[in-house]
Amino acid sequence: MQDLQSLETEITANLAGAADLDAVENIRIAELGKKGRVSLLMRELGKMTPEEKKEFGPKLNQLKNTLNDAVQSRKDSLETELLNKKLQSESVDITLSAAETDLGSIHPITQVMDEVTEIFTEMGFSVAEGPEIEEDFYNFTALNIPEEHPARQMHDTFYFPEDEEGNRKVLRTHTSPMQIRTMLAGEPPYRIIAPGRTYRNDSDATHTPMFHQVEALVIDKDIHMGHLKWCIEEFCKKFYERDDIKIRFRPSYFPFTEPSAEVDIGCAFEDGEILIGEGDDWLEIMGCGMVNERVLENVNLDPSEYQGFAFGLGLDRAAMLKWGIPDLRDFFAADLRWLKHYGFQALDIPSLSTRTSVVRGSK
Amino acid sequence: MKFTLSWLKTYLDTDAELNEISETLTAIGLEVEDIHDPTEELKPFVIARIEKAEQHPNADKLRVCTVNNGTETIQVVCGAPNAVTGLVGAFAPSGCTIPTNGLKLKPTNIRGVDSNGMMCSERELGLGDDHDGIIDLPKDAPVGTSFAEYMKLNDPVIEIAITPNHQDALGVYGIARDLAAAGLGTLKVADTSKVDGKFESPIKVSIENTDACHVFAGRYIRGVKNGPSPEWMQRRLISLGMKPISALVDITNFMTMDYGRPLHVFDADNIKGNLNVRLSKSGETLVALDDKEYTFDDEMCIIEDDEAINSIGGVMGGADSGTYETTTNVFLECAWFDPIRTAMTGRKLGIESDARYRFERGVDPATVEDGIEIATRLILDMCGGEPSDVTLTGKAPTISKTLSMRPERVRELGGVDIEKAEVIDILERLHFAVEDKGATLDVTTPSWRCDIDREPDLVEEVLRIHGYDKINVEPLPHSSREIVTGLSPLQRRIRTAKRTAAGRGLREAVTWSFVPSDHAKLFGDLDPNMVLDNPVSSDLDAMRPNLLPNLITAAGRNVDRGNKNIALFEAGNQFSSDTPEGQHFVLAGIRRGQNHERHWQKAPNDVDVYDAKADAVTILNAIGVNASTAQVVAEAPAWYHPGRSGVIRLGPKNIMAYFGEIHPAILKSLDVEGPLVAFEIMVGNMPLPRAKAGNSRGALKASDFQAVERDFAFVVKEDMPSEQIIKVIKSVDKKLIDNISVFDVYQGKGIDEGEKSIAVNVRLQPMDKTMTDEEIEEVRQKIIATVEKKAGGTLR
Repeated sequence: MQDLQSLETEITANLAGAADLDAVENIRIAELGKKGRVSLLMRELGKMTPEEKKEFGPKLNQLKNTLNDAVQSRKDSLETELLNKKLQSESVDITLSAAETDLGSIHPITQVMDEVTEIFTEMGFSVAEGPEIEEDFYNFTALNIPEEHPARQMHDTFYFPEDEEGNRKVLRTHTSPMQIRTMLAGEPPYRIIAPGRTYRNDSDATHTPMFHQVEALVIDKDIHMGHLKWCIEEFCKKFYERDDIKIRFRPSYFPFTEPSAEVDIGCAFEDGEILIGEGDDWLEIMGCGMVNERVLENVNLDPSEYQGFAFGLGLDRAAMLKWGIPDLRDFFAADLRWLKHYGFQALDIPSLSTRTSVVRGSK
Repeated sequence: MKFTLSWLKTYLDTDAELNEISETLTAIGLEVEDIHDPTEELKPFVIARIEKAEQHPNADKLRVCTVNNGTETIQVVCGAPNAVTGLVGAFAPSGCTIPTNGLKLKPTNIRGVDSNGMMCSERELGLGDDHDGIIDLPKDAPVGTSFAEYMKLNDPVIEIAITPNHQDALGVYGIARDLAAAGLGTLKVADTSKVDGKFESPIKVSIENTDACHVFAGRYIRGVKNGPSPEWMQRRLISLGMKPISALVDITNFMTMDYGRPLHVFDADNIKGNLNVRLSKSGETLVALDDKEYTFDDEMCIIEDDEAINSIGGVMGGADSGTYETTTNVFLECAWFDPIRTAMTGRKLGIESDARYRFERGVDPATVEDGIEIATRLILDMCGGEPSDVTLTGKAPTISKTLSMRPERVRELGGVDIEKAEVIDILERLHFAVEDKGATLDVTTPSWRCDIDREPDLVEEVLRIHGYDKINVEPLPHSSREIVTGLSPLQRRIRTAKRTAAGRGLREAVTWSFVPSDHAKLFGDLDPNMVLDNPVSSDLDAMRPNLLPNLITAAGRNVDRGNKNIALFEAGNQFSSDTPEGQHFVLAGIRRGQNHERHWQKAPNDVDVYDAKADAVTILNAIGVNASTAQVVAEAPAWYHPGRSGVIRLGPKNIMAYFGEIHPAILKSLDVEGPLVAFEIMVGNMPLPRAKAGNSRGALKASDFQAVERDFAFVVKEDMPSEQIIKVIKSVDKKLIDNISVFDVYQGKGIDEGEKSIAVNVRLQPMDKTMTDEEIEEVRQKIIATVEKKAGGTLR
């Protein structure tokens, strides 16, 4: 009987030298297969004496197990080698890119409207909308702007052709007609904002014939200018995302409010850019006031019972200030380069939880 | 309204600095728009003498001057014809900036000769129009001192915005009066004492229509000598940008700006007979001071003499009614014209004048009699002469009113607690007469405040003097009744639609609501009522009947800039009539070019009708409209390609969306090259989902049993919509058939002319048990039979 030790050494060396899986399989058949050398030795066990069996049996079994493991191990390592080779051959240039589809975007006007809506909704307002082609009554008369009033000249109104009765529709010159429509449509109290397109016949570097405003109206029993001031301050802090913003109220005049005010915001003018919240300069941002008693009477409300405030804010300008957009005219040109630069991602939906906020007193 | 600080101080006795005056003006509602201090701008400019002026060696029209600026002599090349030895003028050194043109002076070399600084003309310093030569000062002007100080230009010009209710501040006097009330000094009351008349005016005045002209004060002054007005008056007019003309003209301009009192000086020798004020008759005409001829209707207030119309009351004098250098006798008019009529006359005739501006806002009626005395005094001082008595026709209107005011309204409306005593004090400082009635105050307005007629006006007066900055900020209280807040379902839908469109790679644009009429007509009939009477320009004259034309032309502009592949959308209103119902909210989008850039991996495709349909369907699904239950029919409007477009609708009248290729003829008219596809979603017109009870979505019913898929290919007529085959297959077993998708459409070899093969994959999802082969085969056969029967299709 061959020396088992030398047999193991020989076969192990053969396995290590096997170049591929087929060679390993051939060795396995030659040694461990039915007629393999190890199997033949096993067979010889039958002819042995019990003493011999006792001696060789375990040794042979151990040899068989060892060789089986060696075959598997060699197979594994050859397979790994093979896979590695295959993977190596599959490498690509990962600096190439898949075909890109252009990202879409949201216009700053939509973004600013959504932001404003978010802020006022949180303050308990709802959102009203109305026609852009408006009747004289809603745009002027009911707002205490009679035909001959000098204030009408400040509105460069777009007119439509006269109808049979001599009435002319207008393109609304402001969002204030929504005050009238809101108050005529439902019962007080009212707490609404009305964003939308507005039109004036004006076109130069800083004016476009179409622009956007948001109107706010609060009518209840005990609303006063202190509430108006709070509302505007809160809005400005949240909109410009600064808690240290300076707001200035100064007397002004609008036919539909009395008392009336204009609101300035503290800013700095630096290198052609306007920095909100910095510096000692002021920039006018909106007109506001307590709703004129005549307006309340025009919508059949009793001024001795109900009172409140209204304000109107230019949205295009608010967007320009917030995001540093220099030219108003570009808003409406639909130039892809501009839309890409100033647009917002579809999922950038304004919400109060995602905006920068400075906690009061934290400094 | 512009004025200078020194002018203001002629009526306001104050120690306040310019800055405090400016802040107070803004705080009381007279918003300071600009303060312009000529001394600041002209600081580097000094008086200098040309010691020597010699011909430039290389230029005929230039001179080389040696200039003494008081500290040194400097060589300056000058082109002015009057740059001669000995001239004393204004010198601008190198490094300073010329105020009128922003030019910064640098040392330079002009045709081989060094030049440092320049001698300035009047125009360069903003002092006048003269540019023929450099400023020529008297020879004794002190060389080396500040030019601005020597010229007494050290007087800041303050420009304020006047709101339409503040007609009282349309004169320097009124501004001083308001500042005094705000505690900034004491008002120096104007001298309005009567000037004794020496004779009876030979010109009489009659008023036919006292509604148009309530009162007319006139005065004849004989033996005047017209000439230039004194320097102080000229300087004030120049500071406002007005051109001094002659004493008599300057006085009327000055009175307007100083006292807010427009008046007119006639050359009395040009008045034939007497003056009469009446309403115009339709067709009458007058050539006014601006040399334009105006034609009246029968509603305008005119002043005539015995022979002709002389002027338009309150608006503008006639061309022949003014005064001349040679005028020796004048007739002074100081009247009160009705604000509304003046406004309408001015608007109808298109005349903007300082007089109209003031009369239409309501001139203080008390200035009729005061004004004529002040103006008479100015004329006598400057032009001499002898005044007549004042002829007073009509009666000044009383615009003062007595209003009842509850002092607590300042707190209730204004949000600031002010004691009654202080309320009274503020009102009295503003010259209101206040009578304390206990719970209320009787407040009588001064003659110059025609704007005040209700209690909130008085609240505003108290607030603005007390200070808007003292209004306390108070959080908005809860609404007295519960109200709905937030977005309406439609508003939410619009927000989702826009953001879904953006998520699909479309860029949102905001374009004009206007389109050129020509473009509007390409998208349906143009209602003439949708064309503006006064468009901002002829190419923005019609309200858009459709969102697409602006998007398509925008695509064209972007193509011109080198962008080939364009995806844009807009959400906004389009208009079919001028009523609220004729305004429709639509989200429309376009894609132009190819679906992506050229790429190494896959070739880009031209955008096609299916891209547009995918946009429409995805957005419809996103806003909660189940497009799969809708009809899709090939009946899109005429601006689409008739064979490559469709309508998604619930019924013939209930359109949800259009999609398709834009008709090539439309693209041609809009001068845009395709391929270009579009979709329109009628967001505002679609039914909103029925309100559900609660937010629960119910339990998910998912099957644990094996789903089975089978493929079929049917040969059908080529015009058979695939949708039809899907419906037919679905009808076999609505519960079991879970999904049907078309995975191949084929025409060509092996398929007869006029037919096509459609291959579909059908997915069966049993809910209660696994299907046996026999059961599956049974369904398969049923599908084949049904397609054959209902769609005429045969299994391929």
